[in-house]
Amino acid sequence: MLGKLSWNAIPFDQPIPLIAAAIVGLALVGVLVWIVAAGHLPYVWREWVTSVDHKRIGVMYCLLALVMLFRGGIDAVMMRSQQALAFHAEGYLPPEHYNQVFSAHGTIMIFFAAMPFVIGLMNIVVPLQLGIRDVAFPTLNSVSFWLTATGAALVNISLVLGEFARTGWLPFPPLSGIQYSPGVGVDYYLWAVQISGVGTLLTGINFTTTILKMRAPGMNYLRMPVFCWTALATNLLIVAAFPVLTATLAMLTLDRYLGFHFFTNEAGGNVMMFMNLIWAWGHPEVYILVLPAFGVFSSVIPAFSCKPLFGYRSMVIATMFICIVSFMVWLHHFFTMGAGPSVNAAFGIATSIIAVGTGVKIYNWLFTLYGGRLRFDVPMLWSLGFIITFMIGGMTGVLLAVPPVDFLLHNSMFLVAHFHNVIIGGVLFGAFAGLTFWFPKAFGFRLHEGWGKAAFWFTLAGFYVTFMPLYVAGLEGMTRRLQHYDVAAWRPWVLIAGLGMAVTVVGGICFVVQFVVSIRRREQLRDTTGDPWDGRTLEWSTSSPPPAFNFAVLPKVEGEDAYWIMKQRARDSGQLRAEPRYHEIEMPRNSPTGFVCAFFATVMGFALIWHIWWMVILGILGAWATFVVFAWRDVPEYVIPAEEVARIDRANRSHRREALAAEGAAT
Amino acid sequence: MSAVEFTGDPAAEREAAASKERHARGHGDGGPASKRIVVGYGFWIFLLSDIVMFSCFFASYAVLRDATAGGPSGKELFDLRSVAIETACLLVSSFTCGMASLAVIERHAGKFYGAMSVTFVLGAAFVFIELREFATMIASGAAPTRSAFLSAFFTLVGCHGAHVSAGLLWLLTMMAQIFAKGFREDILRRFLCFSLFWHALDIIWVAIFTVVYLMGVTV
Repeated sequence: MLGKLSWNAIPFDQPIPLIAAAIVGLALVGVLVWIVAAGHLPYVWREWVTSVDHKRIGVMYCLLALVMLFRGGIDAVMMRSQQALAFHAEGYLPPEHYNQVFSAHGTIMIFFAAMPFVIGLMNIVVPLQLGIRDVAFPTLNSVSFWLTATGAALVNISLVLGEFARTGWLPFPPLSGIQYSPGVGVDYYLWAVQISGVGTLLTGINFTTTILKMRAPGMNYLRMPVFCWTALATNLLIVAAFPVLTATLAMLTLDRYLGFHFFTNEAGGNVMMFMNLIWAWGHPEVYILVLPAFGVFSSVIPAFSCKPLFGYRSMVIATMFICIVSFMVWLHHFFTMGAGPSVNAAFGIATSIIAVGTGVKIYNWLFTLYGGRLRFDVPMLWSLGFIITFMIGGMTGVLLAVPPVDFLLHNSMFLVAHFHNVIIGGVLFGAFAGLTFWFPKAFGFRLHEGWGKAAFWFTLAGFYVTFMPLYVAGLEGMTRRLQHYDVAAWRPWVLIAGLGMAVTVVGGICFVVQFVVSIRRREQLRDTTGDPWDGRTLEWSTSSPPPAFNFAVLPKVEGEDAYWIMKQRARDSGQLRAEPRYHEIEMPRNSPTGFVCAFFATVMGFALIWHIWWMVILGILGAWATFVVFAWRDVPEYVIPAEEVARIDRANRSHRREALAAEGAAT
Repeated sequence: MSAVEFTGDPAAEREAAASKERHARGHGDGGPASKRIVVGYGFWIFLLSDIVMFSCFFASYAVLRDATAGGPSGKELFDLRSVAIETACLLVSSFTCGMASLAVIERHAGKFYGAMSVTFVLGAAFVFIELREFATMIASGAAPTRSAFLSAFFTLVGCHGAHVSAGLLWLLTMMAQIFAKGFREDILRRFLCFSLFWHALDIIWVAIFTVVYLMGVTV
């Protein structure tokens, strides 16, 4: 009846996951009870859960990312503290638990923190920067989000029911095969990643179509903001790479569930085929994450330098260069496979060459800064911290690209330090810069400056104190994923790294306080004009938060930095452009399709993990029925009357007129 | 959708209209493309991603083709006559799917149901023959658990078969939609996607027929 599921699945003997699960569960129930008791349920359902508005979906993506970042961060604290304690000792995490912690940390940070964060930012910003009203497929967008949430939910369920994978964030066979991992841990991994991967693929299709087919009049390719270019590259990579992940995990699933022999040691299976396939997805994946961050910096640095971006075209070329070459370097993840000197040399050279594209970008940002009128607001601080940190990470990456060096450093703490250096210094700093930069656009008030700066400095310092010592430990031969060790030479570096973790935690606390303080003081931090940073691209030309339809009239784009051109014209003439003729606007109606479909996907995933076959069928039928119901609806859109559009737009225009007058009076 | 500004100057208006004509075909800078183009384009991108997924299964089949682990090889297993009938069913079903598209353009419900029904029967026959082939192989001891070669074979061909089966479900849903709602714009866009999907399955089958069956019996 319930497959492999029984009371034994609950780890009563392990207090840490149980307490963690209890806290997560209580927090979840608490939030739900508060929503219902305070009467917010209809609002939450109508305005958020069933919303197909790209801005709302983007906010929910970012929220999911922050929650999972917290969860993955706790895993990180546990790993650093375990290693700080486990010198000639067992520490407080038994090996089978420690293995789950580092596997969950990597899986969560990549799939459920970094991915939702960059996709969330793209959701909020890309349609606004393109000057359009929504993405190509709004309901599909909601499905994407809720499928990602399904994956995150399955990972968290594994805390209390069963276990998580002990194989690392990529389940390398034969360890992940049924023989060496007979439990449900790898199955949790497989179905969580598989289901959220479908959501990501749908996002890729949605945004590729949006960017290529739906831009404001006049916005030809070479007028698109660089963030849209990087979003295009990222989504092309998603479309090309995520099916590889789907296929690879499907093969591993067949090995585990039906006794197939893709990656087994017997009957002709080929383990190294898994390495090739998974990294054919895995390397593009790191560019899927970091390219949108590059786009954020390309938006932030010009805005806070009061200059157009230096070398726009070279930036576009570098982005597309990285997009293509990212598919030609995957083998550097396993130089030690023994593919021979010519193959290793070819991939080593390709890996070094891809750094050229990034180098071009770094110089462009530096030349944008050069001679600019710099303002050091929080988004700019994250961007400057990024340039320095990412360069260090990039250079250690080029070191690892040299096969003989890689033979020494493969799977060492040097590697761990390197990829944290680029992912924290690149993706996370980019996400935080973007979050602070676009928060006022999404909510209509800024984040508190002081707490934001404190969060930046503590996180930056914490990062260096944590990971620079780990480079040294790696050079001294410390391998990754050690539950305990007895080499005295590593001890000081591991302790310093533990201290760095504590500093990072202070940064994290400042980050949370920043939100609390900002929400409480939102009236003081309010921005009425919709353009708090003197921005250059179209998202700043509408009010904050933007109305459901984004733009009362689709903007007419006349060059790069489309909004800057409009604004300069208004500044020169001392008045806004003439009021447009308003028309009624059709917008897509809300739909619970995404939420209901994800509910059935969760049921299906859970049932597959525990081999509850009748429930699997129920989940599949439910998801199909949801789509049929969606396909049967007759009125897909609602109409916003012209008077309503006029009222909203006139309100924003009057604020902008005041701001323009104040500026004129000042100069 | 496109914001052409009316200035009152006829020459400028003509120029603006001409420019709209040049650009407003979904090439981007003429403003957002029409819904039909957006939906068709998005579905193309989906099909490309699906083909990427199939390419992984093709690649793993190519790697594992000789990994028979002492078990039967393709040469011993494949029956080209039944595969030829299977292929004929699928290719003809694409032709009848095309007939359904013509019926949609004519808005002729009778022809549409007829063509779609024949498509369904041919598709179902394809799935039936494939399942019979699988059953025969498994009964003779050539199950996917026997060797890596058979794992890769069943996965690649079975994935295509699963696509055809899902397509059959979609086909019935499309017929029901036309029956319940008529030839409505949004349903026609969906039908466009369905026919793209059905034809794409042919392309993949031609590759399977060549790489798996024809090359399988010669080597």
